[in-house]
Amino acid sequence: MSGPVLSLRNIRKDFGEHRVLDGIDLDVKEHEVVVLIGASGSGKSTLLRCVNLLERIDDGQIFLQGEDISDPRVDKDKARARIGVVFQSFNLFPHLSVLRNVTLALTDVHHIPKEEAEARAMTLLERIGVASKAHVYPDRLSGGQQQRVAIVRAIAANPELLLLDEITSALDPNLVGEVLDLVLDLKRGGSTIVMATHEMDFARQAADTIVYLNHGRIEEAGTPEKLFNNPDSEQTAAFLSRYRK
Amino acid sequence: MASVATLATDVSAVELWRRSYLKQQTYKSVLIAAISLVVFVGIVVFLLSGSEGWAKVQASFFDWDTFVGSLPAIGEGLLKNLQVLGYSLVLVLIFATLIAVARTTRTPVLFPVRLLASLYVDLIRGMPALLLLYLIGFGIPGLGIFGRIDPVILGTIAITMCYSAYVAEVLRSGINSVHPSQRAGARALGLTHWQTMRIVVLPQAVRNVIPALMNDFVAMQKDVGLVSTIGVIDVVRAAQIEVAHTWNFTPYVAAGVVFVLLALPFVRLADWYTNRTREREQKGGTV
Repeated sequence: MSGPVLSLRNIRKDFGEHRVLDGIDLDVKEHEVVVLIGASGSGKSTLLRCVNLLERIDDGQIFLQGEDISDPRVDKDKARARIGVVFQSFNLFPHLSVLRNVTLALTDVHHIPKEEAEARAMTLLERIGVASKAHVYPDRLSGGQQQRVAIVRAIAANPELLLLDEITSALDPNLVGEVLDLVLDLKRGGSTIVMATHEMDFARQAADTIVYLNHGRIEEAGTPEKLFNNPDSEQTAAFLSRYRK
Repeated sequence: MASVATLATDVSAVELWRRSYLKQQTYKSVLIAAISLVVFVGIVVFLLSGSEGWAKVQASFFDWDTFVGSLPAIGEGLLKNLQVLGYSLVLVLIFATLIAVARTTRTPVLFPVRLLASLYVDLIRGMPALLLLYLIGFGIPGLGIFGRIDPVILGTIAITMCYSAYVAEVLRSGINSVHPSQRAGARALGLTHWQTMRIVVLPQAVRNVIPALMNDFVAMQKDVGLVSTIGVIDVVRAAQIEVAHTWNFTPYVAAGVVFVLLALPFVRLADWYTNRTREREQKGGTV
């Protein structure tokens, strides 16, 4: 048994005087789906941005497959290339075709030949049902399609870890399902995923571990059954009771 | 669209009335425009032809034979303009991009470069183009290092220096107009800073500022005429020589016509390009 894919040790992040992350410790095993929940401003998105080195942490260490990627001597671009990220607002490149959006990292970061990259991208686009739109620009797609393209863009290079940052928050309610179905699909495929979400039903369904963040600290972490039915912390119970039907 | 045609047969009376009303309004405004144009031109012609000096002005500025006679010389000068314009255009695009990227890169390592770029832009934008031409055109040969230098090259250097600063500022605003999430998206994929600039940011940045770039380009094309002051026989200088020969100012008008004609296609090209990209990337519904 190898060690965890991702290990966070005492992660701290300040925005000015405000401490956004206050000593986060977290291990993510291979094939594990970890869902971060918590109120807006609890630090979910910041934590994901820190893991991907888009934000510089103010203390602590980030280990990817045992390697400290928060070491300043590490090539950040190489580390980022091993992690897939999907953002709330898709962040597809509007001036590139759907296909090119997916192949860009394959050809220019991972140096895979163009034909092979395009074949792989087309397979992925077929899987999410937008192969016929491969050569149009992202604006022609619906929000749900755009987000699914963003997801396959992130997984095209087979990242060791996938970070999903509130990927359904910007979608119409009727488009949320198709995106979450794709995430379940990835889970079944064995992807290692850390995701932040407000979709509690989905968190319950997809998560192996749920982590409740409160004011930059992990209030409680455990299985969905544990957190939803029998949480240790009163605050966890209070937060989740607002979502219970 | 076909659907509109089929629908048109069963529109309501209200809509039919609206359409006929709008049509009437259109006719009315076209009529008013036509009448006011005729009246305006009439007044101008009346004032000009009625003025005391019109006959003289017409003879010395709008003499057809002189106009045609000056064209070969002006055409030859035009080649010099196009030469300077072509060289400078390529060089300006390269230098302006470098300056703009330097000024928008927030790496501490590049601080000296950033400072230098800022100083350069401040300096050049504060200096009249004509002065810069004099300094380059007479200063560099004065050094005596390079022997005799073709004034076309000196002019190209001066124009390039001048417009690199302006175009860099336009590009910088374009780069800043690209949403930070685009950069985050690119970096998250593992693209380096420079790849992100080249593949993701700059193409969007340029597109956002194409009208402003074209504006600078047309201005540059006119300022190329300033190279006449350092000994290039361009359109302006050729016109001056013709004026001196013929004792008639018509060659200046001819030169003006040449400059305007030169600018027109680029202005139209810019409009066409902007519209095309907008249509390609946005679903309809522009208001």
